[in-house]
Amino acid sequence: MTQTESPIIDNGVNIDALRGARQALTDAPEAAQFQWRATCEWVRGTHSRSTITDFSGLGAQHAHRQAFSIDADHPEVFASEDHGATPPEIVLAALASCMTAGIATVATNRGVQLRSVTATVEADMDLQGILGIDGDVRNGFSAINVTYQIDADASRADLEAIVAQSQKRSAVFDIVTNPTTVHVGLA
Amino acid sequence: MHVSAVIVGAGPGGLAMSHHLTGIGVDHVVLERDQVASSWRRERWDSLRLLTPNWMTRLPGYGYHGGDPNGFMTATETVEFLDRYRHTFDPPVRTGVTVRSVVRTADGFEVRADEGCWRCDAVVVATGASSRPRVPALATDLPRDVDQLTALAYRRPTQLTGDGRVLVVGASASGVQIADELRRAGREVTLAVGEHVRLPRSYRGCDIYWWLDRIGQLDERFDEVDDIGRARRHASVQLVGNDDRRDLDLNALQDAGVQVVGRFMALRGTTAQCSGSLANMVKNADLKQARLLRRIDEFVDEKGLSDQVGPVTDASPTRLGRPTTELDLRGFSTVIWATGYQPDLGWLPADAIDRRGRVIHDGGVAAVPGLYLLGQPFLRRRRSNLIAGMGVDAQDLGDHLRSHLDQRSRERLVR
Repeated sequence: MTQTESPIIDNGVNIDALRGARQALTDAPEAAQFQWRATCEWVRGTHSRSTITDFSGLGAQHAHRQAFSIDADHPEVFASEDHGATPPEIVLAALASCMTAGIATVATNRGVQLRSVTATVEADMDLQGILGIDGDVRNGFSAINVTYQIDADASRADLEAIVAQSQKRSAVFDIVTNPTTVHVGLA
Repeated sequence: MHVSAVIVGAGPGGLAMSHHLTGIGVDHVVLERDQVASSWRRERWDSLRLLTPNWMTRLPGYGYHGGDPNGFMTATETVEFLDRYRHTFDPPVRTGVTVRSVVRTADGFEVRADEGCWRCDAVVVATGASSRPRVPALATDLPRDVDQLTALAYRRPTQLTGDGRVLVVGASASGVQIADELRRAGREVTLAVGEHVRLPRSYRGCDIYWWLDRIGQLDERFDEVDDIGRARRHASVQLVGNDDRRDLDLNALQDAGVQVVGRFMALRGTTAQCSGSLANMVKNADLKQARLLRRIDEFVDEKGLSDQVGPVTDASPTRLGRPTTELDLRGFSTVIWATGYQPDLGWLPADAIDRRGRVIHDGGVAAVPGLYLLGQPFLRRRRSNLIAGMGVDAQDLGDHLRSHLDQRSRERLVR
């Protein structure tokens, strides 16, 4: 391995491409209109399998490199067979993944070399909501706590700023913290 | 009528520009819809004071010279200040002239008003940044029995009818000041908080604006910052200009009994849904404030001033309990929208405006040659929307305007 004079902060993020995309979409906002899609098929009981293959954006249709599938189920304590994570847990994974991607991007943009980033997510839920026992209790989480452990060449204040900025630019953070109108119907 | 330049608006910006154009010999007229400083006469709440101390309130050739340099002017005192300024050089102001449109002609511009029409080579838009309130679309869906008011229409606590809670939406200078005043008047107040800028009134014994001025922060230029679009959209600072020099951040408001919730995002029936992102908003504001205070500390160390100023202090983090994300609006009698202001620019030529209704410009020099903008947030520098920023911007833009006129004359000679 050769020694370089100054470390190249990369973090596996192609920051120049992202900066270029930001400029391109500023100039052509119609290309910024994306649609994300998933299909979900019932397997048996509470077990279902979602498949994600394609999306649209930049004025075209796009396919993922391969189809991805996610199994969801309920655990055995709910008298289910536990073939996958519960849907709320998948939401927590999505939240942490989204912000972690943001941390890598923001850190790279700010010239911070990351060595490790680990998020621990805990979310409280009162089951009296989804079971319809208490109408005052909501179905979803009453609170979500995310704790990051980050090993990087930066001060604690800089890391706090990176974590804060990653929330500000996170799609799932916005999806979770702010209301979204949802339409559900029969085809 | 033909003049070289028409300045629209006789507030601090228009007067500063008139002063500079007078100095460099550009014939011009200042058209004012009402009287000099009309928005300062009519569109401010009773208790409003400038955020900047009196010693900073300075326009080209004229400054504050009263006995209270560290105090803060009321709106009425600001009007008096501008009236006195005006009498120092007698600018060519035509009051009671409402400009309806500016049209580009083969030879420059035509400024059309009910009271007359002016042909000119240059137009300076100095009508202010706060002509119209910004109100989110969901305002139209609020329950009918909830009164709605904008910060621009707010005057005093007794103006509010009903005795329910008051929801103040927006935590910039307007929002925090109005929430504080209503709480002090005995109202139950909830403040919806999105992105905001926290600042202490004083730091290490000196006013925060003294520091911002000294460390050069107010002079940061539009072509030096990372993302000028974002810098221009920043909310105003959480400050109040008061003789007691108190802070007016979310801690102070909560200590006074104001309930703090996240940004008002949506309505479901009579329930206001507030963002769960408040903790992040607060953290961001705390981090940015800490960064600024550290910058001041570095400046103190660099200049060897530490013996002359107070000790380093750390601001206490903003306290948040577990803010609710839902408000039942049936308990509220009034919603006050302190969600920002925007300039009123519909009367400008269509090709001067982008699809979001903003003038296309580079530091106040519009893409339409001969058109200039003044007195907008971070127009040319961070101080651009302060009275203390009008002079230097007027000088830059007035000089540019002058060279534009010279070029027009040369072109006419060639023809």
